[in-house]
Amino acid sequence: MFVSQNFGESGKMKEYHYAGPTEHRFSPYAFNGGTVLAVAGEDFAIVASDTRLSEGYSIHSRDSPKCYKLTDTTVLGCSGFHGDCLTLTKIIDARLKMYKHSNNKTMTSGAIAAMLSTILYSRRFFPYYVYNIIGGLDEQGKGAVYSFDPVGSYQRDTYKAGGSASAMLQPLLDNQIGFKNMEGVEHVPLTKDKAVQLVKDVFVSAAERDVYTGDALRICIVTKEGIEEQNIPLRKD
Amino acid sequence: MTSRPSSRASHSVSVRRPFPLSHGTTTLGFIFQGGVIAAADTRASAGGLVACPAVHKITPIHSHLVVTSSGSGADCMLWERILTREIRLYQLRHKRRLSISGTAKLLSLMLHPFKGTDVCVALTLCGWDKLIYVCSDGARLQGDIFSVGSGSPYAYGVLDRSLSWSLNKEEAILLAREAVFRATHRDAYSGNNVDLFHVTAEGWRQRQREDLKEEYYRDMEKRV
Repeated sequence: MFVSQNFGESGKMKEYHYAGPTEHRFSPYAFNGGTVLAVAGEDFAIVASDTRLSEGYSIHSRDSPKCYKLTDTTVLGCSGFHGDCLTLTKIIDARLKMYKHSNNKTMTSGAIAAMLSTILYSRRFFPYYVYNIIGGLDEQGKGAVYSFDPVGSYQRDTYKAGGSASAMLQPLLDNQIGFKNMEGVEHVPLTKDKAVQLVKDVFVSAAERDVYTGDALRICIVTKEGIEEQNIPLRKD
Repeated sequence: MTSRPSSRASHSVSVRRPFPLSHGTTTLGFIFQGGVIAAADTRASAGGLVACPAVHKITPIHSHLVVTSSGSGADCMLWERILTREIRLYQLRHKRRLSISGTAKLLSLMLHPFKGTDVCVALTLCGWDKLIYVCSDGARLQGDIFSVGSGSPYAYGVLDRSLSWSLNKEEAILLAREAVFRATHRDAYSGNNVDLFHVTAEGWRQRQREDLKEEYYRDMEKRV
């Protein structure tokens, strides 16, 4: 990990000036960047993430997607600190298996969301530094998106962006999918193809303006037929 | 896997969190002749960002008890979940429902081990005849009117002016809505929509969530 006193929270460089004697302390967290997005439609859900893994000014990998397939109907996107993402997905996979063995059925999206909330809160005083978004199909076959904060607060949404470019993408989604702040516009329901195109456009914008987002885009489209994956290249600079 | 958060005693130095948690709210509750009204805004803010514009800050615990939450979003959500579980277990074990005062005391005792940590929970338990405010500092207060959160001073101003025991149901609902509306107008960390619950001896009923943006424009027109 880089010398921690040069970097404040969220990996952004601090101002340089002589501040007097400073205390050096090991920080167990690092910020590895990345953006995740999920959109729920009538009978589909899309979870997309960029594939850049960065730390400070360096890129560790251009091919580290942040979407993790949990079940045939659920995909989890997690961004933030990559170490905690890996551990969290390992724990979730183990819990999914345990549930399958005890209850003889696969966990539904809603159940996974509730379980993830309790897993995150069990570490309330030393949190997983991960921004999670679950996308999948609910029991009725409708698209569902669940978004979380790092300590386990969650709720069901229609669309949500998380990670380093989330503050840039969320207002765009509010406008294009939620039709917010537009007068006299017909609210047409989102089709799968339109949603995929929107996600691609939105990530291209994010790669333009956010340094931690780029390289490639991984899209997971969840329908009742299964999970389809697409890879689209993004800016590598 | 433990369902309660692990105690902080194992860390001698606290780890600094690299992200802000969600805070900021306006919630209120009051009693009148027709029961109890609970109202809240729907904004969850984390630092300067609106993390979610459509949160549910009023949650039913059972058919005659509704709880308004303020403080840290995750803490409130999970502690309400724990409380609902404990109330249900009590009901199954003792074949009767725990009273509102008992519920408040149970919650207060469960939160006590976390006093001094940064768990931030300030709940108002709204039963059909009683309002009790419980917070993670250890306070447990019964009262006729409570408003909690960053927007509460503004809400208290509106409520103190017009609240009386003899209001009818429509007036009480309008008053609660107005109080939340004015608070969201002045408080940056409150906003978006207003949720309203009315609790009577027959149980709770939820009013449809209302977008306050429309209310603001209606108000402007009235003034002109």
